[in-house]
Amino acid sequence: MTSLLSVNNLVTEFGGGKGASGLRAVNDVSFKVERGRVLGLVGESGSGKSVTGFSVMRLLERPGRIASGQIIFDGVDLARLSNEEMRQIRGKRIAMVFQDPMMTLNPVLTIETQMVEAVRAHDQVSKTTARQRARDALGLVGIPNPEERLSSYPHQFSGGMRQRVVIAIALLHKPELIIADEPTTALDVTIQSQIISEFQKLTEESGTAVIWITHDLAIVSRLADDIAVMYAGRLVESGPVSSVLTDPKHPYTAGLIASVPSRNRRGVPLRQIPGMTPAITMLPRGCSFRTRCDRATDECLVIPPLFPQQERFVRCFHPVMKAMT
Amino acid sequence: MVTSIIRRLFQALFVILAMTVIVFIGVSVIGNPVDILINPDANQVERARVIAHYGLDEPLWKQYFIFLRGLAQGDFGDSFVYGRPALGLILERLPATLELAIAALGIAIVIGLPLGLYAGLYPSRISSRIIMTGSILGFSLPTFWVGLMLIMIFSVELGWLPTNGRGPTLEFLGGQWSFLTSDGLRHLLLPAFNLALFKTSLILRLTRAGVQEVLPQDYIKFARAKGLRERRIIAVHVLKNLMIPVVTIVGLEFGSLIAFSVVTESIFAWPGMGKLIIDSINLLDRPVIVAYLMMMVLLFVVLNFVIDTCYTILDPRVRLDSKA
Repeated sequence: MTSLLSVNNLVTEFGGGKGASGLRAVNDVSFKVERGRVLGLVGESGSGKSVTGFSVMRLLERPGRIASGQIIFDGVDLARLSNEEMRQIRGKRIAMVFQDPMMTLNPVLTIETQMVEAVRAHDQVSKTTARQRARDALGLVGIPNPEERLSSYPHQFSGGMRQRVVIAIALLHKPELIIADEPTTALDVTIQSQIISEFQKLTEESGTAVIWITHDLAIVSRLADDIAVMYAGRLVESGPVSSVLTDPKHPYTAGLIASVPSRNRRGVPLRQIPGMTPAITMLPRGCSFRTRCDRATDECLVIPPLFPQQERFVRCFHPVMKAMT
Repeated sequence: MVTSIIRRLFQALFVILAMTVIVFIGVSVIGNPVDILINPDANQVERARVIAHYGLDEPLWKQYFIFLRGLAQGDFGDSFVYGRPALGLILERLPATLELAIAALGIAIVIGLPLGLYAGLYPSRISSRIIMTGSILGFSLPTFWVGLMLIMIFSVELGWLPTNGRGPTLEFLGGQWSFLTSDGLRHLLLPAFNLALFKTSLILRLTRAGVQEVLPQDYIKFARAKGLRERRIIAVHVLKNLMIPVVTIVGLEFGSLIAFSVVTESIFAWPGMGKLIIDSINLLDRPVIVAYLMMMVLLFVVLNFVIDTCYTILDPRVRLDSKA
């Protein structure tokens, strides 16, 4: 069976066009998402993970554009669809949950309006039917009194409740894929945990595949099946979560894992990755991580390819051989 | 709601009182109405009789209190010039100004809003840049000059439209209205367009700025992610957020159209309140000036209240009663 989503050599640029190349926010990124599986897309701010998500949704804002590559969704290349064809997929077969629930819902429209329009954008049903579906969806994500809450405005909900509403909207059409762009970053830790469990339960029940974009390795280890690590617009390592997190091959992944506090290393200073993520406008020649990497040699002045390693891929000439702990 | 209405009425009352004091002092400083009102050839006896008739022999503070006493009985005093109640004089002119203001505002909204929306949605198109450049002309060209040019082109050269006056009117709701007759409508067109030019540019630029502020918001992106059609995103999600600043400006500008359309009314000899107030100032006709300014204060208070009420409809986060 083919993958639900297969992104091949995706390049997303800002500016440029007509022969000239713009700034590459996403550079030659390939990954696959299987039906019903969860992919954790991990990276720092500015690594291109969100832009990757928006590229799949074809929701890039100008001057952003997909410069090359394929986004094969269920056998169809999304990059080549017309705007109307893409609209019919958005919200229906691929849904998205955004980072900040405070900003995602329109402040001047009721929840009912915003849910009913989402139903009727894809299904020709009466307002009454759409309303019933909206109400049921709210109940499903654990919002008390869904009937009453439908007529509320977003500001009458707490942040966690708003994110539940957003998730309810995303699940309205039982999509095959949900792209979740840091959906819990803006929430309290306790609420985070609830939302993640809820999300996990709902997507498992409906067999929905998920791309979970985050910088939080703890979340990834908890809910993802596979992981893809991005650095400065490129994929540096990918594979099943269990093996990548316990035995990272790329020095960047290893550094990320070492910088997460752990109770096994109590009292030991946290290890940091030296330096800062380079700005996308002045990436170093060769491997982008070279300047921060203690394993770098002259060989790293050339961009390393993705080396296959069993079921994994790693973009490094000098992969870490055994866990650094 | 009731408390906020009462609070506003008190505010209005206070502003009106302050206004009467300022006008009373102001007009008496500018000049003595007696010099203008009385025939220079009149003898001393005649002079004294007229002065006493208007109560101008009393000291200013006393005149003021006599005026306030009349006000409490709903009497704004009689015009020095026309010898008729000042309020009636103003109300008589109200329909002319009102229909001019409404027509101008209507034109401004009908042209400004769609063009602003277009320029905001497609900022890089050449047509948008032409619209934006044109709008700069719209609010920088002086009204009187544009008015004269309009008369030159459409009345003198082309002879399509009349140059001045209101044309035939029809009675409706106790007032005389031009827009009810086709010839009156022709008379209305040029002055309304002249007044609308500035307002059109204002609404246009405000709308464009609003669109550009709303479009990058996450909720617009999320509306797209839901798979909504572009038409619905613009007509519902963008427009409803946009309406909040636009309603504010439209409301206030409506007030200023009624209160300050003096220049246009003078150029097109439109017999509205603007013309009346200018004439009254020239003749130091204090009762009319005071009554006019008081009406304008009341108008702005009412308009502001209407605008605030619109907010509660447009923006659910605003509730008038929540804070005292």
